[in-house]
Amino acid sequence: MKISGAAAMVEALEREKVEVMFGIPGGATIPFFDELIKRKTIRNILVRHEQCAAHMADGYARVSGRVGVATATSGPGATNLVTGIAAAYMDSTPLVAITGQVPRNMIGRDAFQEADITGIVTPITKYTFLVMSASQIPSVIRTAFMLASTNRPGPVLVDIPRDVQLETTEVTFPDQVKLKGYTIRSGDPHPYQVKKAIGALINAERPIILAGGGVIMSGATNELIELAELLQAPIVTSLMGKGSVPETHPLCLGIVGMHGKAEANIALEEADVVLAVGTRISDRTVMRLDKFGENAKIIHIDIDPAEIGKNVRADIPIVADAKKALKAIKEGLVKMGFKRDPDTPWLKRIKELRDQFASEYEELLRGSLRPPKLMKILRQILPPDAIVTTGVGQNQMWSALYFEALQPRTFITSGGLGAMGFGFPAALGAKVAKPDKPVVDIDGDGSFLMTEQELATSICENIPIVVMIMDNRSLGMVRQWQSMMYEGRLSYVDLGRVPDFVKLAEAYGAEGVKVESYEEFESCMKRALRSEVTVVIDIPVPPDEKVFPMVLPGRRLKEVICRG
Amino acid sequence: MAEEKLHYISALVEDKPGVMFRITSLIRRRAFNIDSIAVGPTEHEGISRLTMTIRGDERIVEQVIKQLAKLVDVIKISEIRPEESVVRELALVKVHVRDHTARNDIIQYVNIFRGRIVDVAPHSMIIEIVGDEDKVNAFVNLMKEFGIEELAKTGVVAMSRGVKSIKPKE
Repeated sequence: MKISGAAAMVEALEREKVEVMFGIPGGATIPFFDELIKRKTIRNILVRHEQCAAHMADGYARVSGRVGVATATSGPGATNLVTGIAAAYMDSTPLVAITGQVPRNMIGRDAFQEADITGIVTPITKYTFLVMSASQIPSVIRTAFMLASTNRPGPVLVDIPRDVQLETTEVTFPDQVKLKGYTIRSGDPHPYQVKKAIGALINAERPIILAGGGVIMSGATNELIELAELLQAPIVTSLMGKGSVPETHPLCLGIVGMHGKAEANIALEEADVVLAVGTRISDRTVMRLDKFGENAKIIHIDIDPAEIGKNVRADIPIVADAKKALKAIKEGLVKMGFKRDPDTPWLKRIKELRDQFASEYEELLRGSLRPPKLMKILRQILPPDAIVTTGVGQNQMWSALYFEALQPRTFITSGGLGAMGFGFPAALGAKVAKPDKPVVDIDGDGSFLMTEQELATSICENIPIVVMIMDNRSLGMVRQWQSMMYEGRLSYVDLGRVPDFVKLAEAYGAEGVKVESYEEFESCMKRALRSEVTVVIDIPVPPDEKVFPMVLPGRRLKEVICRG
Repeated sequence: MAEEKLHYISALVEDKPGVMFRITSLIRRRAFNIDSIAVGPTEHEGISRLTMTIRGDERIVEQVIKQLAKLVDVIKISEIRPEESVVRELALVKVHVRDHTARNDIIQYVNIFRGRIVDVAPHSMIIEIVGDEDKVNAFVNLMKEFGIEELAKTGVVAMSRGVKSIKPKE
């Protein structure tokens, strides 16, 4: 079959069952976009900035479990994708980015809109391709999707020069591709390691499970809960693991980390066996990498062997898929007839910790328009399967601490990279993937302003979501650090009086509302969820409101503070 | 503090554009310290062999191997134990020849080290020396007293003795 490179691109994407992608055309991708409009098989969501194309594809991928696709032209289009690709890389999202490149004979000559995008993104992708012949397009795109979605998922970039898109050539579409240096892992745990893990867990007096994003990716929620109940082990989650277990489950203590729940942080440090699953045990999750697990045995399950031993010592490493490993451990325990009575001193201690901090949390709900209370109200309004995304900073930590996630893939946040501006485009991508579910972006004014232009996309492409801005007119998290650790010297964190978010929303044809009380927020949110256009809810919160609990930098989890 | 010693890592990699860039980019990004790196073709077409020496404790070496193994273009990778391997490096040393006595002394040293004189000029000589790093370094140190004008090293290559081999999967 003789077709153009551009036609091969679109056909290869069709074969990957791509229904929608996110991007902006440009000089180096006109042949590709021409083919898209001729065939009309794939919907392109025309965004207003390429960073958001990547974040939308990311949000789409995280809620659907499918590969997200973003596209940009050469040069500035491609470099604008970088933040979005980095965010996807840090959080292991399957993403394929397709960029145009200058014609082959112009590469290396600093041509107009030339950027070495494959070079630029090499450290933040699983792999990159620069396609130098149209005949390679089918196998390259097949390989890109395979790489992005298997083992530990991640972004892959495919760079295709304009003249390669125009070249007509003989192509064949392979079903399978083989790489010498990459094999798809079975994900089966090693039986001997499983046995060792079982031994450690049976003998544990104070077992705890630390669940990360890998649990969500492998769909291991049921296995996680079953194992925890069998062991009577409390579960704490990393930020990425939020939603891996319903946070209302009696054994779930919520998130751990710099802004983790106090009882979760202390419990994690008091445990004698830590079962860490699908987490890279990051510095923000356990704080002092050098001190973590000093007095505990660490069982570490991860699909990526390089994560084991990278940050923290693993006493029992298990390279495996989270679901398969948890299942194997559970089945081993069941076979032995093991069942732990819930009446353990450890669970008494957990209850004691919960009680100890209950009053601190109560305190945070007092007074008007306090973010923790807004989170609680939001949870009451939203159905369990509603999707929430966040910006980065205080808004993100309030959401993580006080908005209870009830299902996997319903809490979407830029955990690793911490990219401000992520929440809004990710919410739009999520809504495209799940048009029937309510989607709320819990954002801050600083974060939202980094990507607010996508209101245009939201209106023009008919993707209605709700944005709630916890509007403190400042870069709140930096402000919090400055006021707590820099003798209160505030340096460039005041964002001033503008813009008027209501007018801003209206300028795009969206709806804007400012609320001044919990009651107004509640009725406004209920209305917004039924709206046919995106609604921006501006909620003025006091700029001095801080996020608590908190572990100060350099301190240990158990040194968590609840006020200061 | 874990002991920091020299480790040899050997890898089979795809012989195609950008592979060395990916490898060096990873080493830089993860802040690994590489002493030397050498690459060349193998008995298999399309596959190159890379040898690097790295200084660090066991944890670092394990991380280097695991992170490099993740690269799609790295086909196989393992650590080579020096005690079970042949380790070689080649150096070219252009040494200053002050006078007749110096020339004689240098020739003596070259013979003791089983090196070769590959170029002779009125006031200098180029010597080729092959051996493990210690031998090459010892020779280079001896040449310092005569005055080294230029020094070029290939970096270390290594291979396990006997049946143990690094081969691509069939």
